[in-house]
Amino acid sequence: MAASSERSPPPFPDSEEPELLEDSDDGADAFTGTSISEMDSLSPDTTGPPKDIFNEPPEDIFSDPLSDINSEPQKNVKIQSPGSDEAVDLLSDPLDDEADVISSPEVQNPVPDLLKEPVETPKSVVIGKAPSDVSSKPVHKNAIGVRHQDIFEDPPTGSKGSAAKKSGSAELFEDEDDDDDEEEEEDLFKEPLKGMTKKPQPSVASGPPINVFTEVKSEVKVKPHVKDDPTDLFAEEAVTAPATKPSSSGSSRTNGVHSEEQDIFSEATVELSLDSPLNDRKKKDALKASVSAPAAPVASSSSKPPSKTLEELEEEESEDKFDLNISVTNPEKVGDGMNAYMAYKVSTQTSLTMFRSKTFTVRRRFSDFLGLYEKLSEKHSQNGYIIPPPPEKSILGMTKVKVGKEDPSSAEFVERRRAALERYLQRIVSHPSLLQDPDVREFLEKEELPRAVGTQALSGAGFLKMLNKATDAVSKMTIKMNEQDVWFDEKIQDVENEEQQLRKLHVMVESLVNHRKELSGNTAVFAKSVAMLGSSEDNTALSRALSQLAEVEDRIEQLHQDQAANDFFTFSELLADYIRLLGAVRGCFDQRMKAWQRWQDAENMLQKKREAEAKLLWANKPDKLQQAKDEISEWEAKVTQFEREFERISATVQKDVIRFDKEKARDFKRQIIKYLESLLHSEQQLIKYWEAFLPEAKAIA
Amino acid sequence: MEGSSAESALSVSADSIRITDLTQDGDVLTFAITSQKLNSSAGVCVFRAYEDFEWLQQSLFSQENVPGLQGIIFPPLPPKALPLQSNMQTKALKQLGFLALGQDWQGYCKALEFYLQQVATHPTLFKCKALDSFLINSESPGKQRGRKGIFNRLSQAVEEMRKESHKDVDNFFQNERNKNTNIAALSKVATEKLIDVVMTEQKLALACGHFSTSLHLCVNQDDAAAVAFSKVCLKLSDIIEAVKQNFEKVASNNLTTLGLGLDLESRYQEAEKEMLFRRTCKLIELETVKKSTEKAKANKREVMEEFQKAVEKEFSLISSVAKEEIERFHSSRVNVLKNVLIGWCEQQLNTAKECAELYSQHLEACRNMYSE
Repeated sequence: MAASSERSPPPFPDSEEPELLEDSDDGADAFTGTSISEMDSLSPDTTGPPKDIFNEPPEDIFSDPLSDINSEPQKNVKIQSPGSDEAVDLLSDPLDDEADVISSPEVQNPVPDLLKEPVETPKSVVIGKAPSDVSSKPVHKNAIGVRHQDIFEDPPTGSKGSAAKKSGSAELFEDEDDDDDEEEEEDLFKEPLKGMTKKPQPSVASGPPINVFTEVKSEVKVKPHVKDDPTDLFAEEAVTAPATKPSSSGSSRTNGVHSEEQDIFSEATVELSLDSPLNDRKKKDALKASVSAPAAPVASSSSKPPSKTLEELEEEESEDKFDLNISVTNPEKVGDGMNAYMAYKVSTQTSLTMFRSKTFTVRRRFSDFLGLYEKLSEKHSQNGYIIPPPPEKSILGMTKVKVGKEDPSSAEFVERRRAALERYLQRIVSHPSLLQDPDVREFLEKEELPRAVGTQALSGAGFLKMLNKATDAVSKMTIKMNEQDVWFDEKIQDVENEEQQLRKLHVMVESLVNHRKELSGNTAVFAKSVAMLGSSEDNTALSRALSQLAEVEDRIEQLHQDQAANDFFTFSELLADYIRLLGAVRGCFDQRMKAWQRWQDAENMLQKKREAEAKLLWANKPDKLQQAKDEISEWEAKVTQFEREFERISATVQKDVIRFDKEKARDFKRQIIKYLESLLHSEQQLIKYWEAFLPEAKAIA
Repeated sequence: MEGSSAESALSVSADSIRITDLTQDGDVLTFAITSQKLNSSAGVCVFRAYEDFEWLQQSLFSQENVPGLQGIIFPPLPPKALPLQSNMQTKALKQLGFLALGQDWQGYCKALEFYLQQVATHPTLFKCKALDSFLINSESPGKQRGRKGIFNRLSQAVEEMRKESHKDVDNFFQNERNKNTNIAALSKVATEKLIDVVMTEQKLALACGHFSTSLHLCVNQDDAAAVAFSKVCLKLSDIIEAVKQNFEKVASNNLTTLGLGLDLESRYQEAEKEMLFRRTCKLIELETVKKSTEKAKANKREVMEEFQKAVEKEFSLISSVAKEEIERFHSSRVNVLKNVLIGWCEQQLNTAKECAELYSQHLEACRNMYSE
């Protein structure tokens, strides 16, 4: 720390100046604005445009984004971990260029360009800073917040796009121009500097932050060039953050930007807020820390609880734009005999920055998919998440494939499973919390996956069955649970009814599909006999017409066949999926019941302990009294803990079920549209066929 | 024959013959047959049971004074319909084929109607007085006549097989026989296959109906998501209903046009086969007579030769009538099939167009729903 701080002062002004000049209107305004005004008393001094900003935005800034920012670094932290090497590289690279920038004003040329690359530049900054976030220091987070603001200020158009990527994608590290980095960092430093000049650092000196800064610095060392100036700056940043922010954003952007930022932040938080209990805790820690931090406004803003109401969550769900395409393709048999297995190509296409690149492909075998499910359910099912179940293992189907007969049923089996696996993965990644799971990312990204063990014995159907049995037992056990929550009471009923109905529907669709197949078969036979009839017909025109008709019927047969496949894949499989998913939903309810049971048991235990204490009191045995009291307090703690857990799991389940319901409606709609399109298409084909046939029929002499 | 005063055989116009109504009383189906008088605008309506049709057919078979009667291809009378039987569906299908399908015996009525028209337009048969009385007399003609000796015309199985493969002296007839056997079999198969298709379409329509009904049970109004889902279900129900109607239409199109056409074709081929068989029988008879004439002793030879001449004359008459009949049959069947195919194609095209229109409306509605 010390070393870096010593170096810091000189380059800074230099680097800052060119940047500011280039910054055109915004930058200049920003600079003047901030420099003139005192940090805390900004508003009166600023000129025309900024005024609005000061009237309105500051509140926003302090309240919403900041709190979000506080939580946001978590994400960075997480994401950072795998890609940290690259980050380091990147950060080290810029150094060379940086020197140039600092020394020579020529840098001006590249810089404006950079500013015009809105999407990428901001990312680099965030990423650059991210490593320091690892320490999850609230103060530092504030600094990041500031930086974000800067970013948004510079590339105004990019603010939205950057939002999605802001989380710091691995690929960005590699793609980044070094110049970008410098630029951004200069930006960053510029502001802190301002803060510094105006405000001494008394707050920095105060208790908690100091540790923070030391740690920050250690992180900072990773980025060589930052070391020159920043140590102090960082500290300064942290302190001044609240103040600088309004000034910078105020001078440059109007309200629009703020609102966008808010969106961005909120989106980001959705992605990570539900991660894991561990993360939650971290967040809370962060919050606490920030509260205790000297910067008063930050504290007040961060005190806003991270937990959201149901409605908010719902809204966020519907807003989330999901940019992750997963396809499972190229099923391929590997090996021979009974040891053979099917491997699938899992290709991902995404712009989410949490992944290392935009497109990547791995090969996975079926048991890997099952293994993923096991890992996820181990980790998350007790949290009350609905974990999409994978397709069931089919010994019969797979044996056929293994034996290697190229008959249509095994091809159909493979295709069916391929599609099911694809849907399974898509459902997993569309779950905002599961997407964040490192195992999911590993599954999608990592070249070699450790062989999933135990799935053979306990795979698919067997596993689900076991799970169901277990949950059934639990539900029987706790059947006496008197439901307090009307929502759950109704929902549990609904889910059961729905499962029944879906089963019924599934049977009907199955019969529909079978009839279609039958129709297709019959049409083929009819076509054949018409062709025979045509060939033994004397009248040439009639014979011609009949053989044409046979062709038409052949095509119609193909249509029926396609339609049967459509019926099957759009409805039958959809319904089968949802029957399985509803099973998972019931599993969630059961998890919640378990939590309730634990809580109730703890209550009972507490009650017993209290009675015991009363008895002891009455019996006047002071020696054992203390122990009893200890036990009581221990159980009291447990009761509160379990109660809290129950509440948490209830909230999660409720939220997830709502998400599930929405997803379900959306999914069905999508499928129906797809189905209609296929119907329409085949009907149009039919029209074509008949229209082509009509003149033939008329030509019969 | 009986009580009919008309000199020229038929007093009604053949084209105007229609079966307009059908009443079912227990096991008995009664058909209302209307026709238009030739020389006036008055219409005639009579009620006939299936037995009356049978009587008519027998009367046609047993006409007297019609030279070469055996060379005529008699329009085929559809087999008797048996309503109200427990195992009706499968049995009736076996017996009636297409005519058993369709609602309210529509197809059956159509087939009977077509039969009457064919008889009435036949250049020889229309002269038969039985037809006129069948169409005009309000009293049921068949009832007064005992129906004895009806079956003797129809072939005897074992004998038949042997005779059927008898080599013809005339190449034309030999070819015709071969072709007829071939096409009769093929058209029968085609008809059966088309029945399968139609039956499956009807099953599909039924399955769609069930599906669409069950979708209504998924409706739940508890919360916003459930309402959205219910909407989706109802929409799907509508769509499936549309699919169902489409199947129904397609099935009935198949039934009323191509189905009846193929059925008629296959029955007509059978009729031709019977005619050819009758001729073959005559041929065999002639050959036997020839042989016995050769073997005959001198005193009987003259008688035999005369007899042989008579048979020869009869045979050649039958052959020439048969030739005409075959020609007539071919051109009329091509015509019938053409009309059937055109009608069928047009109907299917219309159905497909309507259906596509309906689907695209649904699709539009769905997309709008999506953006809600």
